[in-house]
Amino acid sequence: MAEDMKLTEASRADEVRAFVERTPLAQEMGLRCEVMGDEMTMIMPYQEKLIGNFMIKAIHGGAIGAFLEITSQAQVFLVTEHLLRPPRPINLTIDYLRQGHAKDLYARAEITKMGRRMCSVRAEAWQDERSKPVTTLMAHFMVSGD
Amino acid sequence: MSDDATSPPEPWELMQENIEMLSGGIPWGRRMGFRFTKIEKGHSWGIQPWKERLVGDPDTGVIHGGVLTAFLDNLCGTAASSALSKPRFVATLDLRIDYMRPAEQGRDIIGEAECYHQTRNICFTRAWAYHESRDRVIATAAGAFAINKPRSLDSMRAM
Repeated sequence: MAEDMKLTEASRADEVRAFVERTPLAQEMGLRCEVMGDEMTMIMPYQEKLIGNFMIKAIHGGAIGAFLEITSQAQVFLVTEHLLRPPRPINLTIDYLRQGHAKDLYARAEITKMGRRMCSVRAEAWQDERSKPVTTLMAHFMVSGD
Repeated sequence: MSDDATSPPEPWELMQENIEMLSGGIPWGRRMGFRFTKIEKGHSWGIQPWKERLVGDPDTGVIHGGVLTAFLDNLCGTAASSALSKPRFVATLDLRIDYMRPAEQGRDIIGEAECYHQTRNICFTRAWAYHESRDRVIATAAGAFAINKPRSLDSMRAM
């Protein structure tokens, strides 16, 4: 029984990694994920093409938004067993707290409420210190079966 | 152009005149193939072409929602700075996106944004993305932008 559960978890982590690997936008942005059980960290290595303002070398807010959206999508997919594919977003709010400097970004997402049809997610992206988030996101996703 | 020949042009007029440079000055926008098509005071229009590398779902070929976020952010930011009477940079404070329906595979997305209110420090904007008209919208956005204090280029490079 415990063995079965372990197998399911491992395969869902593989599915999440496969989602990142076969999603063109995630590849374009150079994303990779590290899955540890039901926790996951998404990494966006710095690339010059991600810049939004070349004069101050800041990462584009839209790119950070997309990064957080993909992180949230992957986290919901990771912990929602009945989903056959990553969930679709309903809406999201992004707070830009600090400038995204020309270096790697990390992100984690947390499900604040899992419902039968919808779920609510919070995510944050940081660079040097987790306690100083660059950007946070709140989003809703559809999680009813396809 | 301004009626009074002696008064300097408004920021939006310079933005409209240099619209290609404005689009090209955003590396991530350029990588997405995004460009502005028209700028008026407090208004901006743009186009986001469909591209294979921007797809979010390889099974359907639909562009990822995150591309719309960047698209609408670009449009809102430009609508905000074009509303000002002096040239200033603006920074996104927050952005809310509502996804109404998926974009269609292979089709360009058109977008427009307006700055509907401004205070001394903040511009309030909204935007729409669609294929044909605002009657069948793909996504809408509402964004607040902080108006940066004027500063020299040198001080910006030092940041």
